[in-house]
Amino acid sequence: MLHRFFDVLSSLKLTVICLSLAIVLVFVGTLAQVNFGIHEVQHRYFQSLFVWWPSASQGLKIPVFPGGHLIGGVLLVNLIAAHVRRFRWTWKKLGIQLTHLGLIIILAGGLFTDLLSVESFMRLAPGETKNYSEDSRDMELVVVDESDKELDQVTAIPEARLKQGGTIEEQSLPFRIVVRHFYQNSRLEPLDKAEPNAVPAATAGVGSRVAVREVPRATAENERDLQSVVVEIVPIPSGAAPTGPSPGTWLVSDQLGAPQTFSFAGKTWRLLMRPARYYKPYSLTLRKFTHERYVGTQIAKNFASHAVLTDPERNENRDVLIYMNNPLRYRGETFFQSGFEKDDTATILQCVYNPSFIAPYIACVVVAAGLLFQFGYHFVGFIRRRKAGHAQ
Amino acid sequence: MKRYAPWIALAVAVLWVASNSRMPKASPEGFDLVTFAKVPLLSDGRNKPFDTVARNSLLIIRGKQTLRLDDGRTVDARRWLADVLFNAPVADSYPSFVIHNPEVLGMFGWEQNERKYFSFAELQPFLEKIDTQGGQVESVESAKRTPFQTAIYNLRNSLMLYQRLKNSLRPEDSPDFTGEIDAFLQAMPAGLEATAKQAKGENFDKEKFDAFARLAARFQTMAELSYLLPVPPDPAGAGPREEWISIGASLLQSISTGAVDPVTKTYAALGDAYHAGNPALFNQHLHDLSGWMTKNEPRATGRATYEFLFNQLEPFYQAMGLYVLAFLLVCFSWLGGNRSLGAAAFYVLLLALAVHTFGLGSRMYLQGRPPVTNLYSSAIFIGWATVIVGLILEKIFRDGVGSACAAAIGFITLIIAHHLAGSGDTLEMLQAVLDTNIWLATHVVTITIGYSAMFLAGTLAIIYVVRGVFTRSLTKEAAQSLSRMTYGVICFATLFSFVGTVLGGIWADQSWGRFWGWDPKENGALLIVLWCAIILHARWGGFIRQRGLVVMALFGNIITSFSWFGVNMLGVGLHSYGFMNKAVPWLAGFMMSQLVLMALASLPLARWRSFQAQDS
Repeated sequence: MLHRFFDVLSSLKLTVICLSLAIVLVFVGTLAQVNFGIHEVQHRYFQSLFVWWPSASQGLKIPVFPGGHLIGGVLLVNLIAAHVRRFRWTWKKLGIQLTHLGLIIILAGGLFTDLLSVESFMRLAPGETKNYSEDSRDMELVVVDESDKELDQVTAIPEARLKQGGTIEEQSLPFRIVVRHFYQNSRLEPLDKAEPNAVPAATAGVGSRVAVREVPRATAENERDLQSVVVEIVPIPSGAAPTGPSPGTWLVSDQLGAPQTFSFAGKTWRLLMRPARYYKPYSLTLRKFTHERYVGTQIAKNFASHAVLTDPERNENRDVLIYMNNPLRYRGETFFQSGFEKDDTATILQCVYNPSFIAPYIACVVVAAGLLFQFGYHFVGFIRRRKAGHAQ
Repeated sequence: MKRYAPWIALAVAVLWVASNSRMPKASPEGFDLVTFAKVPLLSDGRNKPFDTVARNSLLIIRGKQTLRLDDGRTVDARRWLADVLFNAPVADSYPSFVIHNPEVLGMFGWEQNERKYFSFAELQPFLEKIDTQGGQVESVESAKRTPFQTAIYNLRNSLMLYQRLKNSLRPEDSPDFTGEIDAFLQAMPAGLEATAKQAKGENFDKEKFDAFARLAARFQTMAELSYLLPVPPDPAGAGPREEWISIGASLLQSISTGAVDPVTKTYAALGDAYHAGNPALFNQHLHDLSGWMTKNEPRATGRATYEFLFNQLEPFYQAMGLYVLAFLLVCFSWLGGNRSLGAAAFYVLLLALAVHTFGLGSRMYLQGRPPVTNLYSSAIFIGWATVIVGLILEKIFRDGVGSACAAAIGFITLIIAHHLAGSGDTLEMLQAVLDTNIWLATHVVTITIGYSAMFLAGTLAIIYVVRGVFTRSLTKEAAQSLSRMTYGVICFATLFSFVGTVLGGIWADQSWGRFWGWDPKENGALLIVLWCAIILHARWGGFIRQRGLVVMALFGNIITSFSWFGVNMLGVGLHSYGFMNKAVPWLAGFMMSQLVLMALASLPLARWRSFQAQDS
């Protein structure tokens, strides 16, 4: 039985089936981009085990097609199994073996990239310094203790934790945060403009004057979710001195620009929702952003960010130039010129952490060498036989 | 006779090319427009000769590079541009604007009949309407525009380009531009004084202020409208100007310098002479201008002259003709079983390849780039690469098949390129992200060679099916050698498609920070790689044999055309700078034809004429 299973797993038929499924998946996933943003499509077709139908509904879903991870995974297993089984050390097979080794590297690299890589953005106005980048989708709830004039004490709660709901207790906070409701994508409306039976989202702050409406997740290319959460600030019963009245429930939302404040235990606290931050042990300061165009046209010639890299740990303090096709690689992270804003004065850098970025570089060389060797070997043999045939 | 046939064919082809390569003569009125056409200037971000501006502008506005008047006379692009630049009233009467769309015509109250071309004078009453209607389209994504919207938008752009051209070298309504410039210089001292006083709130000479301001405003308008930047940077050390500027901007600069740039002055005098119908004077000023450019802008002048030659020789049209000739020769050699005609085809193909290579190389020299920079050049390059591989096949197998494929694909890709050229300058500047010769030379070239090989394999498959089903000529040996060729070419395609795709990923990693982003063009390339892998594994596993290979190679044509063109029609993704949607019906037609061929290939062998013959 196990033998039969291994036969199937290492069979060429399975390879062809997987490749055929892959071709259909890629084709459908390409067409889907006419209607959905690339992120949505990746999530639905390529970075999943199954493609589900209907995709949007919350209720019953059926898997209609294998997803990218499933097909890729099976191919990888198939590839390895076939090689374990049929590996022979001969010159004739060397090309094939190299080619497939390269493919294993590329597939494994792709898998690691999906699992490990983190993409974020750093927006810098001229003169501005930042030692963190921000996620383009995930948010965090931030509670700031303002009592120290010199240093803010910041407690950040990631979106994933908010989604779980329940009660959050942190050492740095003298109160608990109870998640009453998390909205993945929402719209805030002033009560007088909302639906007739709308209720205030919270008891205190802005939330007491607006209603929250849950809306379907954003799928288009240039849209993103606007997350909101309603939390209650609950005193921790300790038996010691009373902490005063409960500050109530608060609405914190991506859609609210300014932070809200409340008092608790004699201190002022600031509440806000902001893009999740990734702090770095170094910082970048934008000196200047330039956007060159070809003379007499609107065609962009170059985008360049002239910045200063400061790393106290490593004693580095130098000027760096980040421009198209020329990113900055530093301490495992790569900064790319991604965009600009504020009338061409501010820059948007994309920051990527991808430990397996080197895999495709190696794989490309290995596969190319393998294919060249394989086809070259046969081609030379073919020409030789032909010449011999003619000679006869 | 037979021995000489290849050489005779080659000699005829060479003579044909030579006769097509004669340089144009001066115009009958005596204006030396040929010299004018070679003068360099800057537009759309690059140096080019007036000849290119003339051809491309007319192509954008009229869809053709020449103009036929109602009385049957033909006006070439140079003459048309000279009239637009210097003699607007005459140009306004030319039927320069093409309008196909009946709804656009209906908007003007015109019925559609055989007339497709209209003059500026005829369109003038509707300018405002066209501008509002066309302006509304701007915010609609190009993939979602209706035919009417596309048509009105294009018409608006054409009119805009035309009006910008008319005001590039002189104000279109000026009877005496040199006089205006002189008046401007004279009015300047008093005018500047009055301006300074006015700024300080003192009493100023209103009349002098107005006279100066009126002219300055005219030049300002010119500077804003101008499509052409004909005034070169100051010769080293002679002045502060570092870039090419327009005539209007140059005149505004003279407010600070106190003098008019010599080039600007010459252009004004030249234009006045043309406007007044004085060829001798025009030629004299033109001679000065071209002498000045040769001395002070040797590099731009050298390139412009080369580009003029390149435009004039039209190497791709000539290559097209040669490919047709070669294809016919192969067909005749098959019909007559004549080997020497096959050799003739091979020689003609070599000549065609030389001409094709000259065109490709010239474009690379002019642009200073690797061969493929946009959809147009990818078509040129695919043809070129296929011809080379086809010729190699021919050298190995010597049965005319390689030549036939090379000629057919060479011709078809050049036709496709010809139709892609309608949007204007095919040597356009590159978007910032593309501005890297390393990746253009590696990723783009390898992936395009991959396309070439796929189409070559597909064409071999077409020959297999057509010969097998409709003729008795597909013998067992012929079938075997064809399928061998197909297999070999698919191997070649696999190598290049795979390496090209991965190199693309590496480029993406370098510029966007991710190796693979499932962008439509990336997926298109992946589809080709996957399809090659399926074919090879299916063959190795014995799931397909000769005919299976042929059917799959035919489907390869569909996949490759989708990857080359289809994904661009989706109008999404990071690669959409190669966007186009006019070709949708053609692409669909091509795909359908391949499906029909696949169906034919799947007919039972008893229906194949070749195999009937072998059985009986």
